[in-house]
This record gives sequence, C-alpha cells and structure tokens, in this order.
Amino acid sequence: MSVLVNKSSKIIVQGFTGTEGSFHASQMIEYGSPVLGGVTPGKGGQVHLGLPVFNTVQEAVDAVGADTTIIFVPPAFAADAIMEAADAGIKIIITITEGIPVKDMMMAKPYAKSKGATLIGPNCPGVITPDEAKVGIMPGFIFKKGNVGIVSKSGTLTYEAADQVVKAGYGISTAIGIGGDPIIGTSTKEAVQLLMADPETEVIVMIGEIGGQYEADAAQWIKAQNNPKPVVGFIAGQTAPKGKRMGHAGAIIGGADDTAEAKMRIMRECGIFVANSPADIGETMAQALSS
Amino acid sequence: MNIHEYQAKEILARYGVTIQRGKVASTVDEAVAAAHAIQKETGSEWFVIKAQIHAGGRGKGTINETGSHGVVLAKSIDQVGAKSEAILGGTLVTHQTGPEGKKVNKILIAEDVYYPGASEPKEYYLSILLDRAKGQNVIMASTEGGMDIETVAEHTPEKIIKEWIDPAVGLRRFQAQKVAFALGLTGMALKEMVKFIQALYIAFEQTDSAMFEINPVLKTSDDKILAVDAKVDIDDNALFRQKEILQLRDLSEEDPLEVAAATHGLNYVKLDGNVGVMVNGAGLAMATMDMIKLSGGEPANFLDVGGGANAETVEAGFRIILKDPNVKAILVNIFGGIVRCDRVANGVVEAYKKIGAIEVPIIVRLQGTNAEEGAQIIESSGLKVTSAILLKDAAQRVKEVL
Repeated sequence: MSVLVNKSSKIIVQGFTGTEGSFHASQMIEYGSPVLGGVTPGKGGQVHLGLPVFNTVQEAVDAVGADTTIIFVPPAFAADAIMEAADAGIKIIITITEGIPVKDMMMAKPYAKSKGATLIGPNCPGVITPDEAKVGIMPGFIFKKGNVGIVSKSGTLTYEAADQVVKAGYGISTAIGIGGDPIIGTSTKEAVQLLMADPETEVIVMIGEIGGQYEADAAQWIKAQNNPKPVVGFIAGQTAPKGKRMGHAGAIIGGADDTAEAKMRIMRECGIFVANSPADIGETMAQALSS
Repeated sequence: MNIHEYQAKEILARYGVTIQRGKVASTVDEAVAAAHAIQKETGSEWFVIKAQIHAGGRGKGTINETGSHGVVLAKSIDQVGAKSEAILGGTLVTHQTGPEGKKVNKILIAEDVYYPGASEPKEYYLSILLDRAKGQNVIMASTEGGMDIETVAEHTPEKIIKEWIDPAVGLRRFQAQKVAFALGLTGMALKEMVKFIQALYIAFEQTDSAMFEINPVLKTSDDKILAVDAKVDIDDNALFRQKEILQLRDLSEEDPLEVAAATHGLNYVKLDGNVGVMVNGAGLAMATMDMIKLSGGEPANFLDVGGGANAETVEAGFRIILKDPNVKAILVNIFGGIVRCDRVANGVVEAYKKIGAIEVPIIVRLQGTNAEEGAQIIESSGLKVTSAILLKDAAQRVKEVL
C-alpha cells in the first residue's frame, strides 16, 4: 500500500518534450516509474525518450489508459493543462509548474474537483512512493522505503526531512509535496487524511511554513480523530518578517494566525510532536515513535 | 507588484470606477498648473495634496525635513505651491515605512470631495482579496471608512461585511446590492454604490489583481460614490500578461539589493541580522534562517538561489550578501538533489577566489548527491571556508563563529 502513486500507476507527462519535461521524465523513467508516454500539442505521433507523444491528454488516455499525469507546462498554459487532464478523466494530476496566476488556479482547482480528480500542487516537487513510482522532481535516492509518510509545502525541505528520517533508521511510505502557492489542489489536511488511511504509514511528518491556515486545519482534524497515528511537525519561517513574501508566493505573514509561532502552538495543543529546529526533525520523529 | 495611488486611480477610472479627480506632479510648477486645471473642472478652490509612496499612513505621517504631513489640504490655489514644496523631495515617515522613511518623488493634486451639500459626506471601506482557505475572492466592506481594517477586525468584527465570489460565475448584481444594503445606503447613493462595486470587481479581474483596498470610499454630500484612495497589488505571477501595468513598476520604491538579486534570478529579502544565508529552495531557506536564530545568531537575509546553484549564481549571492555591513558570517546550505554537491562546492571555491579577500567566515553545508566529495573540495581549498554535511553540524559551526 501507499498513497496517490505506486507501481501500478499509468503515468503520462504533460509538457513532455520541453527542457524541464524531458529532463525530469528521463529521471522518472530511470527511477523505474511506470511512465507510458507524454503530451505535447503538435508533436503527436513522435517518439520521445522511447515513448509515444500525444497531441491531447484524451488521446493518451485512450491509447495507454493513463490515470496519472505530471505537468511541466509553462505558467501561461498550466491551468489549461490541469483542466484538460481532468476533463480526459485523469485521476491524479501533479503540477510542478511554478508561477501560475492565482486567477487561473481559482478556476482550475474547482474544475478538477468537479471531475473527480485529485490535484497536487502547483509549485510543488511532486509525489514519491519509494521503489514504486517517483512522479516529481525530487532526487529519488534519498527516499528509502519505509513507514513514514511526509507532507510538505516545500521542495528541498522535504528532501532534508526525508534524509533525516532515513539517517534515523527509518524509511518513507509516500512523500507528498503539496506546494507553496496561495491556491493548491490538495491541502495539508487532505494529504494527512490520505496518509492516516494508509495501513503502511505508521507516523506522519508534516512540514509547513508561514502563511495560510492549512497546518492549523490539519492539526485540529488530527486532534478531532484522537491522534490515530503520531505526527511530527515543523513550520519554517519563525524569523520571517511580517508582510514580506519569502520566495513562495504563499509564504507571507498577513495576520497573527499566519506566523510560525501561532501554527506551532496550535500543533502542540493538538498533540503533534513539534521540532523547533529543522535539524531536529529526525530526532523528534524517533521520540514520537518511542513515546 | 504595488503601484502608486495615482496610477491605481487611472486604472480604476478606465473600468468605470468613479474616483476623486486629480493630477500627478513632480515639481511645484506642475503642482500649481494641476491645481488650475482641476479648478476649471470643479470650480472649487480647495485641493488635497497627497505624497505618492508605496506605504500607508501618509496622512498621519510626517516629512522629516519640513514637518509637513504626507497628505494636506490647501484652501486656495495660492497655498498649493508652498504646501507642495514642503512635501516634494522630502522623506516621509509613516508607521509602514520604518524610521528611514521613503523619498517623495511625486505628489497627487486632487479635488476636494468633502464639500457641503444636501446630506453629510460619509466614508466607507471596501477591499477585494483572495480568501486562501476558500480559493475564492472576497469583497470586504465596512461602515468604518478611514480606519485600518485590522483595527475594525479586532474591536468590532461584526462591522465587517463579507461577500464571496464564485470564480466561474463572477460577481452578480445581487451580491453588490447585498453589500450596499448592508452598508446602510439608500436611494441614489445605494444605486451608485452597486455600480461602483460592480465596476471595481471587473477592474480587479481584468488586471489580475491580488488585492484592492479602497479606503476610504466616499459618499459625497450629493450622493455620489468615489474612490478617495486606492491601494492596488497585482499578482506577480500574472505580470507576463499585464504588460501595460508592468510599465508602472517604480523601482525606486523597492530595495536596490532585492532588485539587483532578481536580475541574477535570485530571490533575496534583506533582514536585520548578522548571519547571511544562501540556500536552494524557499522552505529550506526559511528553515535555515530559523536554525541560525536557534544557534544564537540572527539571519541577515533570505536568499533562495533556486534550482541552479552554480559558480555564477553563488558569486552573485555572495556579492549581494557582502554588501550588508552587519554580516559577520555566511551560511551556505545546499541540498543537492538533481544538482550535484561537488559541482556546487567547485562553484563556491571559484566564486570565493573571484571575489577575493572575503573577511567573514563562510560555512558551507552540502548534503545530497556527492556530499562527501563536496566537503572534500571545500576543506582542501585552503580558503577560510568550513564545511558541514549534517544540518546539526552546520548549526554548531554557526555557534562557534559567532
């Protein structure tokens, strides 16, 4: 078991023949992910990386039965790519593209939901189920197989957390990069819900940052479920000033509830094991498991 | 991206939003000419002179050099020259600018809209912004015009009216009406407010805005509705398709180091601490800043070098960090995934040699692909650079050098 992606996923790549798409698709294939082809409008019929290229997502669904897509399409067209995938019946839509206008995501997110698709991202590193499928841009070798589920808004901080988990002697069931934009398809709470329901996941590492309410919502849900599995949390941005955007479009402190302190306090109140320093994520996880 | 009040009002007017009329001026002569032109249109001898900077609190703020406020009333054309002179070129300090203040390069000469008439003028508050939790835009309105919405939210939250907009449907007339009724308007003023809100929402959508704040919106003594101030923030991600608005960017309002960093593809934010940081990825960068604080230092900046940490970007990063005299040490934290650590290490050594004579100690923490090789390159470089592989060790090194 695992969540979202596994060895039976039927993966296609949108923006397949572009620089980013080509590079990461080849890395995914090398990892052993079941990639069946890709989509680049106007290049249908060609063969790229030894796989078929389709003009539309619908063609890819009809030809190879695709159920999962990863999107590298440039920002101006990315929301359209999400909606095209949802319309063609793709169930898992993972959007890596950074810089999609908020107005576009405001349309694409409810549209994808109305078609029954699960949208991950945008502006995220993707999803990995070690030894089965890497549908993202993360370095696969860090993620050893195990029973720790990871949910994170950030890319390299996810790698850091995974690395500490592995060095502490554990491994990862599935790591979900949900993305750092103001509007993202899957919230922290929804990702945690998936991992709570996964029998293979025994403990969850939840990594957030300043801005928004997602971590607090997740923490309150976990408490309401009587903390069925131990959860370790970290919030980046304790030293971030108010009103300044810290790289990610969504990482900005607007009000008092947006601060790292407020989120960490709520997480503690909800029975989550909070690491104060990013260097202590692995240790905190080991403590959570032994308590 | 933020724009000036006068620019925001020009854009709003284009979409049919009624605004307080005015003309922008960069010199005293232009200001006086503007006042004459406005007098012809309005017949009134009263004017409001408003400093144009990207910060709120201008009315209560003070010009350092002259003691003038940032927004003043001139009760005759003769006063316009002297009152403009007291603001133009001065340094305006408000509760939002910080003690260093902001230089005023332009002023807006605006008509007086608080003239007496059949009814009392009344100020309202209106804003449009993204509700992240719902993924929808929300209109916020209040009868407490002129007050900070944060203050209203804290003391009298029941006075804030909210109306969410379904992105697929857009703002419907009934919604604008709900807001106008909730504000207690009647008759002509109610109809005008409905039109105002509808036009405002169209402007918001068409310009890919992230936030509109119209504070105050004025009901005049003859029941017109006008935007007296306008704060507009455009979604940075949408600037590629808002070329005309992009032209309105005023670089003098931005931190010069942040602007310089952006030209190298670096995301830099200046802070007040003593340890400079250079990291790949925004989340890890924030986490590294936090770790510095826990190690007894204070972060001097946020700096995300993004996916391509090479000799060129590392050099640009070092140069920007070193421009800050408060920096006592620099921590480079790169988690090499796709980018290999030995390459980053070579980049660091190359950049270091190119800059020469760096006075402050540098700690380079490289983890991920070829981390050991990276550390080896750093250690054997003979430079004043120490390496670390684990984040814990990097934190320890920071403690040692401070």
